[in-house]
Amino acid sequence: MKIRPASAAVVLAVITLALGAELIIGKSYAEQHRDEAGARPSRQHPLGTDDLGRDRLARLAHASSVSLVLALAASTGALVLAGLVGGFAGYLGGATDAVMSKAVDLMNSLPWLLLLLTARALLPLNAGPAETLMITYGLLAVLGWASPARVVRAGVMTLCNADFVLRARAQGCPEGRILVRHVLPGLKPVFVAQFWTSIPVFILAEANLGLLGLSAGEPFPTWGSLLRELQNPLLFRPEAFAPLAAVSLALLCFKIVLPMESAHL
Amino acid sequence: MKRLVLLLSAIAIGGSGLAAPQPADELRFCLHGDPKTFDPFRAEDENSDTVRYLTTGVLIRLDRVTELLVPELATSWKVDMQGRRITFQLRRGVVYSDGAPFGSADVAYSLTRLFDPQLHSPIAEAFNNSTPPQIKVASPEAISITFGVPVAGLERLFDQVPIVSRDTDKRPSATLGPFSIAAYKPGIDVLLERNPKYFKLDRNGRRLPYVGRIRLIIQSSRDMEVLRYTRGELDLVNSLDPDIFEELSRRGSWPVLDAGPSLESEMMWFNQSPKAAMPAYKRAWFASQAFRQAVSESIRREDICRVVYKGHATPAAGVVSPANRFWRNTALKPRAHNVAAARARLEREGFQLRAGALYDRTGHPVEFSLITNAGNQSRARIAAMIQQDLQALGVRVNVTTLDFPSLIERITRNLNYEACLLGLTNVDLDPNAQMNVWISSAANHQWNPNQTSPATQWEAEIDRLMRAQAAELRPEERKRLFDRVQQIVWEQEPFIYLVHKNSLMAFGPQIQNRAPSVLQPHTFWNIEFLQKNSVLRGSR
Repeated sequence: MKIRPASAAVVLAVITLALGAELIIGKSYAEQHRDEAGARPSRQHPLGTDDLGRDRLARLAHASSVSLVLALAASTGALVLAGLVGGFAGYLGGATDAVMSKAVDLMNSLPWLLLLLTARALLPLNAGPAETLMITYGLLAVLGWASPARVVRAGVMTLCNADFVLRARAQGCPEGRILVRHVLPGLKPVFVAQFWTSIPVFILAEANLGLLGLSAGEPFPTWGSLLRELQNPLLFRPEAFAPLAAVSLALLCFKIVLPMESAHL
Repeated sequence: MKRLVLLLSAIAIGGSGLAAPQPADELRFCLHGDPKTFDPFRAEDENSDTVRYLTTGVLIRLDRVTELLVPELATSWKVDMQGRRITFQLRRGVVYSDGAPFGSADVAYSLTRLFDPQLHSPIAEAFNNSTPPQIKVASPEAISITFGVPVAGLERLFDQVPIVSRDTDKRPSATLGPFSIAAYKPGIDVLLERNPKYFKLDRNGRRLPYVGRIRLIIQSSRDMEVLRYTRGELDLVNSLDPDIFEELSRRGSWPVLDAGPSLESEMMWFNQSPKAAMPAYKRAWFASQAFRQAVSESIRREDICRVVYKGHATPAAGVVSPANRFWRNTALKPRAHNVAAARARLEREGFQLRAGALYDRTGHPVEFSLITNAGNQSRARIAAMIQQDLQALGVRVNVTTLDFPSLIERITRNLNYEACLLGLTNVDLDPNAQMNVWISSAANHQWNPNQTSPATQWEAEIDRLMRAQAAELRPEERKRLFDRVQQIVWEQEPFIYLVHKNSLMAFGPQIQNRAPSVLQPHTFWNIEFLQKNSVLRGSR
């Protein structure tokens, strides 16, 4: 049972460490030391350097902070959209529910990667790497609301038919008050569970884009762009597995934390 | 327990890199996608072109090592009428793979088909003639072809011209090439069978080719291609990344070869098209010769060669690589890295460096986006290096990688970009093959395509020089004209040439008679002579 608090601690530690990494490590993720390109791990560069002589540890730390923070932000964004669509569909029912449910089905059936590629190709070219990444996660949020919306809708419908809501309505309680005081608080576990479930999805989505070379532009590192080094097994180096370990650890922690958070609510 | 042992055994076998044994007389290598056509006259993509090369006969072949023309189905040829006519004397006794005799009527049929305006053959376009030539069959062994206007380097173009049977509709499998298509499984492989009646013999009188079959395995991933090669499943790899090349060299178990500078170059350019939607001040930067030269001077080409290509590349001075010995203007040198000179050049143009950032005379910070295609690691690294190099000049570069179709859409259709980093592959040594790049009205005149009239004086001069060399028959005079084109391009830098990559390739350890070439196809241009171990499959 101690593994869950430990996992939560790891997630928090990774986020905290990642946010302060550049200060702690004291190296830039972007600076190229071309005479040290591809250097093996050393005291100066604990994870060695990449093909352009950039410090791997600084890049990994920066990528971790970026990927984790933006995945959290994208998950929040997706949940807001899911709450609006799923909430209205479940609460209003009837034609609204039918239309919104179709919209959810449509979104779920779309090839999200192709959509993302298309949307990515339409972005302004002069956006800096940080802006590009934020827009990319924004797109992920815009494209990732459908599945949570379905769950929210089901939760709202269940709550709307719950005895305490029916009693409140029978006693003449206004609809707005029912929504704010009775339905929304009841949705909290659903929102929290969906929030934690979405984060790994967004992390993996960015990793997919990064592997295709379509994440943030140079010199910004992300987990996905760092994972590209593992594409050819002939060129494997032990230190190149560090990003994979970081992604795996993060996903594992989120997976373990999720039931704990759900159980607490 | 038994299952566990079996599983472990399977893992052990997989991990050891063992592969299913290959037939000894079957040569295997990769196509990077399905061929779009098996019609040799329409072959345009690399995969279709490979099949065409292996399965059709030609009148003349370019020896990819000596760069000399050698007789194939024609024993001799003569160019006259100031480069408008070529007369071929054909080889006697040649038969198709089905035993039918070959003659000048087949050549006439092939050329008529090639120059059919309805066909739009990419091979015919290289002849640069708007009207089909007159074809005159003098005898079963002699034929002459007369063009409307002179064609410079006429005979070399026949290296690409496939000769097929005049009855090809009735006998589609009949071929004069070393192999014929035996089977095609989309997405899996193309199987080629040896032509038992191929006309060529080796010096001992054995009929070529040596190998009995070629299996062209369709494999889009180059990483997987290399893995399969190291597992012994492939015999040839036509092109290797420098990282992989170094790793295979280090391990020492596989014969990898660096054939020296290829005809490929990496370059960047600024969008100078008036149709492009961009602020006027940026258009002014990109149109400025001093700005382009300053950018060029700030890029450390030696670093790109050393860091990105691990030394398997040469700094580029222009479009013509050192591999092209005759046409290269040797007076031109790659622009040396000199940030101080670049700054001085920009200051003369009114640019100012303030707090580490460069501003133009109207006060706009100098910043542009550089697009390149996603998935190309070398190019992504070059872009990152350019980004850092130009920081020293106070220029901010935003690197954006796009999927290839989106990139092509931007640089050819909507022209919505500022600068682009891409590679250029010259498949032919002759400058005529570059007409579609240098002529200002051409679609591939990438920095400002499809001009109705030349936008600048120097582009007008390039137009004139390229047309003059195309109509000139004296090689020395053509060279002089094309040298001047290279000089103008070096001065104006519409393309900022960065490096010429080396041709890196791999042969299976058992492959004999290797003759690596910097010209395509690098590893199998002498396919009929390649053999595996001591297998001599040829017959008398």
